[in-house]
Amino acid sequence: MTALPATTEKKLGLVIDLDTCVGCQACATSCKEWNTAGYSEPLTDEEPMGADPHGSWLNRIHGYEVKSAEDNTSRTVHFPRSCLHCEEPACVTVCPTGASYKRVEDGIVLVNPETCIGCKLCSWACPYGAREYDYSSGVMKKCTLCVDRIYNETFAPEDRVPACVKACPTGARHFGDIGDPSSDVSQLVAERGGFDLLGAFGYKPVNKYLPPRPKAHDNGAAAAEAAHAETISSTPPEARLEKFFAWADKVLSR
Amino acid sequence: MHPAYSVILFTTASGAGYGLVSWIAYTVLTGEVQNGAALNTVAFGLGLLLIAGGLLSSTAHLGRPERAWRAFSQWQTSWLSREGVVALATFAPILLLAWAVIIRDVSPSLAALAAVLTIIGAGVTVYCTGMIYASLRTIPAWNRPVVAPIYIVLSLTTGGVLYCALMAAFGRDIGSVGWLTLLAIFASLALKAFYWGDIDTAPRKWTAEDATGLGRFGRVTPLEPPHTQPNFVMREMGYKVARKHADKLRWSTTLCLGIIPGGALLLALLTGGVFAVVLTLAAVISAAIGVLTERWLFFAEAKHIVTVYYEGGAV
Repeated sequence: MTALPATTEKKLGLVIDLDTCVGCQACATSCKEWNTAGYSEPLTDEEPMGADPHGSWLNRIHGYEVKSAEDNTSRTVHFPRSCLHCEEPACVTVCPTGASYKRVEDGIVLVNPETCIGCKLCSWACPYGAREYDYSSGVMKKCTLCVDRIYNETFAPEDRVPACVKACPTGARHFGDIGDPSSDVSQLVAERGGFDLLGAFGYKPVNKYLPPRPKAHDNGAAAAEAAHAETISSTPPEARLEKFFAWADKVLSR
Repeated sequence: MHPAYSVILFTTASGAGYGLVSWIAYTVLTGEVQNGAALNTVAFGLGLLLIAGGLLSSTAHLGRPERAWRAFSQWQTSWLSREGVVALATFAPILLLAWAVIIRDVSPSLAALAAVLTIIGAGVTVYCTGMIYASLRTIPAWNRPVVAPIYIVLSLTTGGVLYCALMAAFGRDIGSVGWLTLLAIFASLALKAFYWGDIDTAPRKWTAEDATGLGRFGRVTPLEPPHTQPNFVMREMGYKVARKHADKLRWSTTLCLGIIPGGALLLALLTGGVFAVVLTLAAVISAAIGVLTERWLFFAEAKHIVTVYYEGGAV
């Protein structure tokens, strides 16, 4: 059914740290590798070796320049974008067939590849561009939160996380129950000021993003640098010459 | 938004078909219904062909057309599903009305009931079509109260012009349907002008800063794209061709959908006879070009929020 559950028992989702993400694409490729053989039909690529290679991926990593108006400095922020498993997702309610649904037990939003008619209306309803149509199989694809990994009892417990989380080399991706205030992910969100994407839009995304930390010079490094420059410039020239001779003496005495 | 040609054909063809059968139903209720099996057979045949052909062509843009029957199941939440259900149900009163008008062995009260149900069913179906688009908050140019009414007046305009041409071709007096179609043309022009003014002046609410949540650190501009070639999202939501030509296309829509068929129909009503045949035929051809341009532009002009992730700026 495309009617949304009033509540879900859990709110499983991801917490993505924009401070530590280095934009290496390991999460995107690991996602593709796992999911092309996973829950849904394969994630086909069109013209992979041709002039116009494209295909369905469930995770896309943007790089943004963020330029501060105050000091005119820029920073680069790597920004992974995937399904946010919203609490009130219109991608589910617009589905005419019931192929899109939100699970009551954990809040994961899924597409049933057996009943999807490929009308693409769900992709129109998503502001995050999280759904990618597969031209080859004629059905819609989206992040499954690796539903076939996280409950997989043949895996060691530490491997029961989404492929993107497992692959991240900088620990920028965290998985857990965001509906449980005592969970590690919820505490991380509280501690770091995690935020929603397009919160005002009202779909209530479950996934949270952690903001980049203040730049190094903002918390005293700039002051230390200035003090160092001061020390050098305030040293009298004779003293500097003496230091040079002392160094030359030391080198020549070897 | 990428204009899928099957969807443009579906919405315009079935819109004209529902308009046409609604005008016949109107004449049944006013007692102006035309005699003659030939005219009525052609009129209902054309109406049903446009409706059924349109519905069938809408399945051409599906990835899995063979599963289209599943779309009747989710009418509780989905406007697309509601449209399918109402469209299917409306075939019953249309066929009953056709029987009443062509074969004429149906009691007047049953014919009147079929006429009322035809008008309601056609109106609700076209309203559902409009609401599929108008309900999407991700596309601000569509998410407006005026969008669904535009679908209804355009259905009445195109269906009305078509029925007038058929009546003229069979040598009949066009009558009140012609004057009311003129009213529908005027309403179409007024609502489209209001719509274009509305989307041009509406504030662009959603920015790349909101979309990334990074606005507190400064201005956000895309630096490294996530992929080298356009993906589905960019191909489907990032269509740009029409925006460059929007002014010209709006003007030609106004001309082809409003001024030309309106003027031709007015002259046809005043002159009648063979002039009316030629003039109403010209009105049909012009209105067809106009409504196809209007629908293409409706898609191509609309920007989706997701484009701010790729292009920055605001939608």
